[in-house]
Amino acid sequence: MTGWRPALARSVVLRHDRVRRADLLVLPERVVILGGRAADVLRLCDGRRQVGDIVDELAARFPGAPVAAEVPRFLDRVREEGWLR
Amino acid sequence: MTSPPPPWALLAELTHSCPLHCPYCSNPLELVRRSRELSAEKWADVLRQAAELGVIHTHLSGGEPLLRPDLAAIVAAAESAGIYTQLVTSGVGLSAPRMSALASAGLRSVQLSVQHAGPAASDRIAGYRSFAAKEQAAAVVRDAELPLGLNVVLHRDNLDAVDAIVDLGVAWGAERIELANVQFYGWALHNRTALLPTRDQLSRARETVESRRQQLAGTTELVWVVPDYFDGVAKPCMGGWGAVSLTVAPDGGVLPCPAAGALPDLEVPNVRDRSLEWIWNSSPAFNLYRGTEWMSGPCGGCPRRETDFGGCRCQAHALTGDAARTDPACALSPDHALVRALAEAPPDDLPPDDARRYVYRGPRPARRERSRG
Ligand code: SF4
Ligand code: SF4
Repeated sequence: MTGWRPALARSVVLRHDRVRRADLLVLPERVVILGGRAADVLRLCDGRRQVGDIVDELAARFPGAPVAAEVPRFLDRVREEGWLR
Repeated sequence: MTSPPPPWALLAELTHSCPLHCPYCSNPLELVRRSRELSAEKWADVLRQAAELGVIHTHLSGGEPLLRPDLAAIVAAAESAGIYTQLVTSGVGLSAPRMSALASAGLRSVQLSVQHAGPAASDRIAGYRSFAAKEQAAAVVRDAELPLGLNVVLHRDNLDAVDAIVDLGVAWGAERIELANVQFYGWALHNRTALLPTRDQLSRARETVESRRQQLAGTTELVWVVPDYFDGVAKPCMGGWGAVSLTVAPDGGVLPCPAAGALPDLEVPNVRDRSLEWIWNSSPAFNLYRGTEWMSGPCGGCPRRETDFGGCRCQAHALTGDAARTDPACALSPDHALVRALAEAPPDDLPPDDARRYVYRGPRPARRERSRG
């Protein structure tokens, strides 16, 4: 994990859906509707920021949220799905 | 009337022309001629309207969409409307320059059809020498770093080769292999006797796919689309009539399902006359079998009616002559005996790999004669 700069996989698009008022991950054969703050986290996965940078930014934006504990785990799960590289 | 939930996907049948002649092709028997196809400008307009309506995905399909020289412009229009594009192709015509033009226009992924694991058998089923082009197309997609899906329609003539088909997909670099048991509409209904598998074949193939799926977990996704007729359950066709997706035919006709053009009483709305919004929300065609209100017979009071939506309207029509009846594939349907009889019928005498068993897809013979005279 050290040094990992998460970025969305090539075939994955993160977008807001104005019609359904939802954030989506769009893949070749499926659409994932993102709940909670998932889109806020994934929007920071630009291939430049390291996991630590992402945690710091989110911690500043959402004081008191359990960012340091949850965000790295979330990113790992999304990588296991093949949606982050 | 409250408007129905917005559609997620649009299947764009850009042309019915195709160099291949697959005997199970889902295109209608009456193919749209090239002179009646929508222009690229009209497709751009349709895709803009679709995005406004809520469409997220479009499958650019056919026929063979690569036969349209303006395909890249259509891809670019979808991309600029914010719609995720997937090309559904036979692979014929997908050269490296073509691929890079499509990728720079914004194409996101490619689904390639294959008819069998071996060149000779694949070409025989397609009725056209195309296997080498498919192999090359797969390489070109890989080089462009786009995700590749392989799409194989399974039937009596290739179900025994399912293991080799999976090997082929893995060797060609597919991320996803869709093993879709043939569904009996369009040309497949016409060729049902030749295509109908045996129960033994199906259960062997199902076991193979199960073990390959475990073996490939995490690398290649295997999708098994269940067969018609054999399981006693109705499939949730299209996720419900007018519920998830819409199909735009080459001439601009809009259908709730690619096979629905075969329903005789359906008044097919057209994007040349009406907005997509009106077609989706208000047209009689899209409201005919929407929801559960139209149901009668066993579906009306059935707890599964919100899960399978009473099955497939086109199948009900093909087998019973009445599209509003319960899908005979369901064991609760009073017409289920029709499906059982088909599933248990002994196979015909010709060997499964005898090309004489097929009526290949193409312009209808009657029309061909007419145009000659
Ligand atoms: S199923 Fe075969 S004939 Fe029909 S459009 Fe696809 S490749 Fe062409
Ligand atoms: S009776 Fe109708 S709703 Fe019930 S399982 Fe059969 S097809 Fe589905």
